[in-house]
Amino acid sequence: MMQEGSDDGPDFLSEEDRGLRAINVDLQTDAALQVDISDALSERDKVKFTVHTKSSLPNFKQNEFSVVRQHEEFIWLHDSFVENEDYAGYIIPPAPPRPDFDASREKLQKLGEGEGSMTKEEFTKMKQELEAEYLAIFKKTVAMHEVFLCRVAAHPILRKDLNFHVFLEYNQDLSVRGKNKKEKLEDFFKNMVKSADGVIVSGVKDVDDFFEHERTFLVEYHNRVKDASAKSDKMTRSHKKARVSADEDLKLSDLLKYYLRESQAAKDLLYRRSRSLVDYENANKALDKARAKNKDVLQAETTQQICCQKFEKISESAKQELIDFKTRRVAAFRKNLVELAELELKHAKGNLQLLQSCLAVLNGDT
Amino acid sequence: MAAERESSLLADIRPADFEVLEDGKNVFASPVSTLESSPSEPASLPAEDLSTNSNGPKPAEVMTDDDREDLFAEATEEVSLDSPERDPVLSPEPTPAITPVTPTTLVAPRMELKIVTAPVIFDRSREEIEEEANGDLSDIEINVSDPEKVGDGMNAYMAYRVTTKTSLSMFHKNEFSVKRRFSDFLGLHSKLATKYMHIGYIVPPAPEKSIVGMTKVKVGKEDSSSAEFVEKRRAALERYLQRTVKHPTLLQDPDLRQFLESSELPRAVNTQALSGAGILRMVNKAADAVNKMTIKMNESDAWFEEKQQQFENLDQQLKKLHASVEALVCHRKELSANTAAFAKSAAMLGNSEDHTALSRALSQLAEVEEKIDQLHQEQAFADFYVFSELLGDYIRLIAAVKGVLDHRMKCWQKWQDAQVTLQKKREAEAKLQLANRTDKLQQAKDDIKEWETKVQQGEKDFEQISKTIREEVQRFERERVKDFKTVIIKYLESLVQTQQQLIKYWEAFLPEAKSIA
Repeated sequence: MMQEGSDDGPDFLSEEDRGLRAINVDLQTDAALQVDISDALSERDKVKFTVHTKSSLPNFKQNEFSVVRQHEEFIWLHDSFVENEDYAGYIIPPAPPRPDFDASREKLQKLGEGEGSMTKEEFTKMKQELEAEYLAIFKKTVAMHEVFLCRVAAHPILRKDLNFHVFLEYNQDLSVRGKNKKEKLEDFFKNMVKSADGVIVSGVKDVDDFFEHERTFLVEYHNRVKDASAKSDKMTRSHKKARVSADEDLKLSDLLKYYLRESQAAKDLLYRRSRSLVDYENANKALDKARAKNKDVLQAETTQQICCQKFEKISESAKQELIDFKTRRVAAFRKNLVELAELELKHAKGNLQLLQSCLAVLNGDT
Repeated sequence: MAAERESSLLADIRPADFEVLEDGKNVFASPVSTLESSPSEPASLPAEDLSTNSNGPKPAEVMTDDDREDLFAEATEEVSLDSPERDPVLSPEPTPAITPVTPTTLVAPRMELKIVTAPVIFDRSREEIEEEANGDLSDIEINVSDPEKVGDGMNAYMAYRVTTKTSLSMFHKNEFSVKRRFSDFLGLHSKLATKYMHIGYIVPPAPEKSIVGMTKVKVGKEDSSSAEFVEKRRAALERYLQRTVKHPTLLQDPDLRQFLESSELPRAVNTQALSGAGILRMVNKAADAVNKMTIKMNESDAWFEEKQQQFENLDQQLKKLHASVEALVCHRKELSANTAAFAKSAAMLGNSEDHTALSRALSQLAEVEEKIDQLHQEQAFADFYVFSELLGDYIRLIAAVKGVLDHRMKCWQKWQDAQVTLQKKREAEAKLQLANRTDKLQQAKDDIKEWETKVQQGEKDFEQISKTIREEVQRFERERVKDFKTVIIKYLESLVQTQQQLIKYWEAFLPEAKSIA
């Protein structure tokens, strides 16, 4: 049940509301592991998600169980994937964005303060609108968190992750505090190094055409999705101001935003692969040098072996991941574009009817 | 030709015609004057219910007013095709004030209008007759076109072609046109206002001056904003003239005729803001405002009190609505810009997408959005010209109505003052009688005579202006309802078109989206 002032009813998490899950149409939800967010509670400054799992896997103590998780715990899970070397060859599902009700809350507050200065009608109407907006944001954040979990659950390797199982099952607080200042600073530096490295690494021409092509494509695609997402947001905001119904726009905006994050994740994968390629090539060079000097050859050989294995492992899975990404993307765009067009048509036809009946009455009354 | 018409009027004497004819009673030729034998016999004319008995204003007016205002006002409520709640034949309520409206919702897919089906219960034939009669008299069509820049630099001005098409005999030709500039229009208005407003006629106000707009044009900035400004002004001038000639009394005015007909018109310098006359006007306005505050009129006539209040409310609501519509236009333009930007971005995305079908679909999406942007621009245009300008016109018109009501107040004051003076003169005479000052007595008696006449005249004037205003207000209300209805219909039709276009575009896109494999 949703709380905090809006008395939304039981159909809060009905099927249609899981709009964002629809963004990933290819998710094979099978009986082995099914995850969803069955409930959510919005408190002062945090949201509590009830993560519900149904599984026939032997790893879990029960077949069906629920735990309560907060946003930070999702982030912890995501970060644990990213930092896990074994998963270097996979597209890590992008982390859900932080729930952000600040703007909406502020507006509601302002409305409350300005209550005296408008008519009862105006006030009720505005209140309804703001509440609807709040509700929409709430639903969206729930959906985003759910999509993340579903992606993980659908991924053949990630679904076996131990941290993931703990996340699903452990019914106490995971004691995952948000990163403190020091850790955030560390992250910031890590990211800087990574992007700098990314630039260096991207200069290296790839041996494999497939990956070379993918890289070029992804970089450009990512930038354009970013741009399109920004413009789409602007358009949606304008629509809202002119009070035009925005659910069809939201579809477009949400789709683009999601693929912005996914394409970033794909880029990250490519980066990791390139990184490992560079490491591999460096290891080769080191081995050659060692053999030439006949010094520390064994060590060099071992390093080279490791790098080689790492590289090949990543390459293998990466190829499949990227192909899957494309399939997912095309399907998601198709579905959303079709739905967008259908929604637009529905709205336009509705308006048309309304307008025409207005006119009929006006004209009939001469 | 005119004789024919007048005799046909004579032939079909119907009650409604009295109303119309009375308006023009000062000007019509003698055949008609016999009909005026009972101008102040409203009781005998069912059409004329100008007295404030409890039946109040005609149900017809109330019905259409309410209709218009209901349709207008409840733009934020649910659609309901119910009949109106009240039965218009019962004692009518005062015309309800318009509830605040956010016309922005009108243009939205989330548009909700309360639709009231008007039961046609009232006496329609009377209204039809009035319209016919009005139509006959105002057989005159005015067009303002071809704005042309004359001269250079700061002395430059725009000349507009004023074309008149008419079958009225008071004009020398059936079709003629002249060139006029903006100050000519202002001069015309000034003359008409001076002549007619103080006796109670609602003279339509001229379009407003705009120093900024005009300067841009003068300086020769050939951009879309100055073209817009000129077009806006042209349309406003046209509406102004059309309203003025629709007024049966004003139509007869020689100044108006001269304005429409004569090729040369003396320059109206007094209309310049910084002229001596302009400053005098400003001083007078200030004095008037002060006076208004000090005159406390004993309104014995409930009708006037009611109308005063109504116009106050209407004024406020129209202003709010106008502000909303202007905001709407702004937002729509912004939306259009953002849609265009998005379209470009989507095209780029389509370009870099390596899945062919998806790429094609994205490009299509970009095209659709571009077309939608065009639509938005056109709609903004419609919003503005059709709707917003009308609201502006009516806000100024209501100011004119208020002005006329103020004149009536002044008239009343004059009458009262005359009574006070008469009283004083009488007292003075009595004193002189007592003091046996026979030398000054005659003068005193003469004075009394003089002021008695003045009082009588004052009373007569007051009654006259009250009567005129009643008729004028009723005419105004009728015109207002007609105007708004026409405009709303036009506006809705433009919205319908937009939606139909949107449907076309999205229907074309849908198969493309579906064909992504």
